[in-house]
Amino acid sequence: MAFNAAKVIDAIERYGVGGAGGGPPDAGSMLDVLQGFVHELRAAGLPVSMTENLDAMRAVEHIEIADRDTFKAALGATLVKHHHHWSAFETVFDVYFSLYAPGVDGEDGDGDAWAEMQAMEGGGAGGEMSAEELAEMLLNALMNTDEDEMRRLAGMAVSRYAGMEPGRPVGGTYYLYRTLRQLDLEGMAARMMGRAREQGDTVEGDPLEERLQREEFEERLRRLRELVEAEIRRRLVADRGVEAMARTLRKPLPEDVDFMHASREEMQALQRAIYPLTRALAARLAQRRKRKNRGHLDFRSTVRHSLSYGGVPAEPKFRHPRPSRPEIMVVADISGSVASFARFTLQFVYAMASQFSKVRSWVFIDGIDEVTRFFQESDDIAEAIQRVNTEADVVWVDGHSDYGHALEVFRERHLTEITPKTSIILLGDARNNYHASQNAIVKELGQRARRVYWLNPEPRGYWDTGDSIVSDYGIYCDGVFECRNLRQLESFVSAIVEG
Amino acid sequence: MAERFSSVEDVVDGLRKVDYLADANIAGVVYLADRLEKPVMVEGPAGVGKTELAKAIAEATGARLIRLQCYEGLDESKALYEWNYKKQLLRIQADREHENSWSDVEADIFSEPFLLTRPLLEAIRADEPIVLLIDEVDRVEIETEALLLEVLSDFQVSIPELGTIVGAQRPIVILTSNNTRELSEALKRRCLYLHVDYPDLEREKEIVRVRVPEIDEELAEQVARVVRSIRQLELKKAPSISETIDWARTLIYLGKTEIDPEVIQETLHVLLKYQSDITKARKELETTAAPGANPS
Repeated sequence: MAFNAAKVIDAIERYGVGGAGGGPPDAGSMLDVLQGFVHELRAAGLPVSMTENLDAMRAVEHIEIADRDTFKAALGATLVKHHHHWSAFETVFDVYFSLYAPGVDGEDGDGDAWAEMQAMEGGGAGGEMSAEELAEMLLNALMNTDEDEMRRLAGMAVSRYAGMEPGRPVGGTYYLYRTLRQLDLEGMAARMMGRAREQGDTVEGDPLEERLQREEFEERLRRLRELVEAEIRRRLVADRGVEAMARTLRKPLPEDVDFMHASREEMQALQRAIYPLTRALAARLAQRRKRKNRGHLDFRSTVRHSLSYGGVPAEPKFRHPRPSRPEIMVVADISGSVASFARFTLQFVYAMASQFSKVRSWVFIDGIDEVTRFFQESDDIAEAIQRVNTEADVVWVDGHSDYGHALEVFRERHLTEITPKTSIILLGDARNNYHASQNAIVKELGQRARRVYWLNPEPRGYWDTGDSIVSDYGIYCDGVFECRNLRQLESFVSAIVEG
Repeated sequence: MAERFSSVEDVVDGLRKVDYLADANIAGVVYLADRLEKPVMVEGPAGVGKTELAKAIAEATGARLIRLQCYEGLDESKALYEWNYKKQLLRIQADREHENSWSDVEADIFSEPFLLTRPLLEAIRADEPIVLLIDEVDRVEIETEALLLEVLSDFQVSIPELGTIVGAQRPIVILTSNNTRELSEALKRRCLYLHVDYPDLEREKEIVRVRVPEIDEELAEQVARVVRSIRQLELKKAPSISETIDWARTLIYLGKTEIDPEVIQETLHVLLKYQSDITKARKELETTAAPGANPS
């Protein structure tokens, strides 16, 4: 990448010395930091092009770097062009510029956070206060929405409860957990409600007002939590350095999150990402379908039209192929390990239902139950999924996956309903707990159906290890796909809609 | 070139004067757009004031707003320019006697008077200050997007018969997108990116007060709080800012000074446009979550 390197150097030279008006004294080092920052963004999976990099440098020239919000807006606007990359950007930003953040001491952001923290632990203001006093002050700050005070107290709480030591190889979540457990945010919410009632802000027995009040307080507590998190991150960066911290905090983008190992927050992010994704996909597919609406030559019509040109077939006519919308049958394993994968896939397929002529679905563990009815009864997909999880009758003997038995029952009840227009999608890791595979049934299904696909949420490397027998089924499928994240799921769905 | 805004605060003040409340992010990006002379791509849910932003900038800077509304099937002749065929035909017919040579006629019919300018060309040729708004750019086909690239990066167009027309000035260009499809990287690279989301409580309250001046502070706050609460539910379509404003107006017309559950039930259809959403919100707002429980 000699070309890029030359350009970067050129840019640094051009913008480096004395370029930034009103920035911090060492604009040159700021550019170094910016280079590291962009590098880290790329490492986190964000596509940052050369032009965007240069734009960011130019942008920084025009703004007050000391104004954190504007600085962040400037970098965001030039470097991040997808909204769902924003949270990844924010994490990296917070790590890289945490030392410039408004800290416990307010003004001097560049100060040695670590030394200052030691000082506080060695009997500073935080040391003398009792836990109750701290909680009381925090309560006051929360009631008054005093952000500066909240930040100051968050700093104290971290000094007091997190028990951070230099060089200790523990992740930020551990410290966060320790601090929050002591602060008891749940209890704090109740206390806030009590305080509000005393002050007469809340009319007793007005459920609406109470609800709004509680949401307001929860919002403030969420903010407090963020402040504590930021404080811990700041101290960790001071201890370990920017690069190391950025590496440990690197998180996959929503579309790359592994279904099987998603955390609670990641699940929520996935949940939010699904709907826009399906909408975009549907629009794209509709457009593509329209574009290739030229079919075979329609001989009859061409001859008919040639009459108006005196028998010369001047205007060839084409048949408009009727877009065949496949009929989909989804059969999903919803046993523990793959449950979230099944849920997302069902949600995705139903959000795309307009692209198919008909969607039916079954879920199984060792028993199998058709769940199409839940989706028909409610137009809220999330609610239907909820009902699938709670009401579907999927346990036959012991609640351990038995693909063989599930397939057997499926064949018995529904084989005759499978037509050459049907595509069957089987979902699961094919970990059959050493039961009989009954893979001849998949063969039989395949003979009647248009296509049979298998989606496996496990990494390809794990297939056919242990009790996984995905290849036994795979030989009778038209395709077996690894489907670990939204990106893979999207490309699969787009492939089957196109036939 | 004269700068339209001298600082980020200036952007905030300028926009506030025309009743648009910009947060730090919006103001920062608008300021940069002015300085870097780059277009801004604004994305976000429907009804958060993306189009409104362009209008406000135009008003605040005293510029004329030129708007190109995008739709499926938009092409060069609708976006850029078109030759006025009918007039050209008349010109040729008027020359029955052949007193002019063909080359004269040709030069004549491919000249300015026969050119129909469409929004993009109009923006490029404008002498007075303008703001160019390219609305809902995600509606055009990917092929048509390419048409915008030359305009956005160099602010010029090439017309085969006339040559390249270069813009006299660099106006502020705002593109909006509802994100119904992924826009091409080439387009995004040329723009600054701004994601506008639903505002926070304080800002929404301010917006309501600015847009519905007859409302008092207390009611405005209640409106903002209820709307925030409703947005936290899982809905097909969360209420937008414009719907919040409509709701506030409705309350004023109905002569309400206070929001109670009954009023909400009666007027919920102003905020929510799907029956399933309305039912859900009704059910949710009737039952209060148990103390300490997480509403999500």
